[in-house]
Amino acid sequence: MDSNDNSNGTRHTVRRLDRNGLDALTAALQADGRMVIGPRVRDGAIVYDPLDGAGDLPWGLIDEQDGGRYRLVPGPDNAAFAHVVGPQSWKKYLYPARQTLWRGRRDGPRFSVEVPAEPTPRTAFIGVRACELAAMAVQDRVFGVRAHSGQSVGQQQYTDTGYAARRAAAFIVAVNCSRAGGTCFCASMGTGPKAESGYDIVLTELSDGGESVFVAEGGSEAGWALLDRLDAVPAGDGDIRAAERVVDATRAHMGRAMVPGVNRLLAENLEHPQWDAVASRCLSCANCTMVCPTCFCTTVEDTTDLTGEHVERWRRWDSCFTVDFSYIHGGSIRQGGASRYRQWMTHKLSHWHDQFGTSGCTGCGRCITWCPVGIDITEEARAIHDDCHRTDDAGTGRGG
Amino acid sequence: MDGALLPRPAPADDPMVPRTFRIERRVAEVDGCFTLTLKATDGRPFAFQPGQFNMLYVFGVGEVAISVSGDCRDLNTLTHTIREVGTVTRAMARLRPGDVIGVRGPFGRPWPIEEAYGNDILFVTGTVGLAPLRPLIFEVLNRREHFGKVVICYGSRGTHDILYEKQLHQWRGRFDLQVHVTVHSAPSGYRGRVGSVANLVKIARFDPEHTTAYVCRSETMTRPAVQALHDRGITSDRIYVTLERNMKCGVGFCGHCQMGPSFMCKDGPVYRYDTIEDIFTVREL
Repeated sequence: MDSNDNSNGTRHTVRRLDRNGLDALTAALQADGRMVIGPRVRDGAIVYDPLDGAGDLPWGLIDEQDGGRYRLVPGPDNAAFAHVVGPQSWKKYLYPARQTLWRGRRDGPRFSVEVPAEPTPRTAFIGVRACELAAMAVQDRVFGVRAHSGQSVGQQQYTDTGYAARRAAAFIVAVNCSRAGGTCFCASMGTGPKAESGYDIVLTELSDGGESVFVAEGGSEAGWALLDRLDAVPAGDGDIRAAERVVDATRAHMGRAMVPGVNRLLAENLEHPQWDAVASRCLSCANCTMVCPTCFCTTVEDTTDLTGEHVERWRRWDSCFTVDFSYIHGGSIRQGGASRYRQWMTHKLSHWHDQFGTSGCTGCGRCITWCPVGIDITEEARAIHDDCHRTDDAGTGRGG
Repeated sequence: MDGALLPRPAPADDPMVPRTFRIERRVAEVDGCFTLTLKATDGRPFAFQPGQFNMLYVFGVGEVAISVSGDCRDLNTLTHTIREVGTVTRAMARLRPGDVIGVRGPFGRPWPIEEAYGNDILFVTGTVGLAPLRPLIFEVLNRREHFGKVVICYGSRGTHDILYEKQLHQWRGRFDLQVHVTVHSAPSGYRGRVGSVANLVKIARFDPEHTTAYVCRSETMTRPAVQALHDRGITSDRIYVTLERNMKCGVGFCGHCQMGPSFMCKDGPVYRYDTIEDIFTVREL
């Protein structure tokens, strides 16, 4: 396939960009008034920060990832996207860690409330992976932007207008993963490694004699229109076939896999002894919830100035791993580490289906990599799975 | 006025931003409890359904989820009965008529009423649990002709903490309402009933085959209440309970009020017991 038909019958051409072409792409987005944000190296990790151009991308670096381990090392090619995902996700921009909800001013016994009118920045996200597109689709349901088929709660009655505005203002340049990380398991979650929808442009990086070229395809009219402006050559049949092989190879090299049927499995094992086993290792540090691209829990903070006349109400990310999270008059509901870990994992992998008609896990592997003690969500699920599927004569151990 | 004509609460423009309400009246209830009668400073009516709650905000202190305890047919008065248990409710207790608080809501799924048409009605509650149940009792009495027997089983710790005692006496005076009150301990010479609310369920007169029960008690006390109802033959699908969790947003965005698959702020706080029976007894869920 070297072209796509849209509904108007216009033919679109898949393009082939070199490194300069990628630079032209970011320049074109900036010329449209967008802040271009993408992966770049900071403090020994790849984070999502504003980019001046394609030169800021982490060329030539790959990330070694395992439970509790993350290292940037030189890769075999001078590639821009040979790394996978780092500690940050796009929720950093779509649902920032701290947001002002409103400001209040006292006026005698009364007070007035005003919502700060902050313009929504026009952004372009470069290098969005399939698992991250899936995570955005999940949060769209959570914040009432997208309808869903969740049974227990039905549709969200409200829409988070700030999230919806930031989401609509983002132009998305996705990248098909050319390499699977050590903690990746998107293939078993059905979310990757190929970006299927939810992007404006998708790139597949190929190595052409040690230098990168990018097969660029549109996913929206805006995406195709931008590609047409770039003055790039059409991709050849060989490029397109090579791009497909890249994704297939990535799919075959996943570092981890989630056991099948994990939704029912966890719902039926709320009292399994494995929760105590994981609690003996879990530090309740909340890292997994901070790096998770779908975790959405927040709390509120009220601040006052010294006069007590001006107040602000802030919303900030919160984590179900803290004891305070479930505090209610008299004490916290989830006192033990076992119940807090169970809350997180059953919510993510099981109850999310009831609530939003989808898994809350996209298989990005961040919670495994950034767990300081290397707790692996796929292994914890497997331990319960194997215990439940162990035949009586299988003897000791977890082999099932 | 028919039930179907009750004004339905409309979703606010931004559910996270409070409206301001002025305190018209403050009534000291039983020890540690007080009732605030509120009027919207913008004069716009406030519609809610029995069982729903609001997020009440004290300037500069914070916000707390409190059930509405007034009459849902009075759109110009908002009534909340509050117990001092934490930072916000203690600050709220110091407010006086003329002071202004913030109100977000109403949130949550209300007590179903039409589903119980034709049935006997049994209210099972204790101490301050009567406050969230009172709008429903008002509404059942407003639509009295749709129900058979109506029974209130109320219990408190002692004789000094019977909430809305005057109101209970008034209700007791009605011929179309059975009101049973019990206390856990009483001074010698007390001539009322002493014992648990479960014992009231045992003696109340109703037709178990055609009874809908509404339970509003603490989570711990809900269990014996449900047990007593089961013992009388009321099945789980005709028992409604309310539960309580920490709430920050009220609209399902903050995640704090989850219990298993449900968000208590929008799937609850009222639940038909058979829908949560499986997870209700899982510890620390």
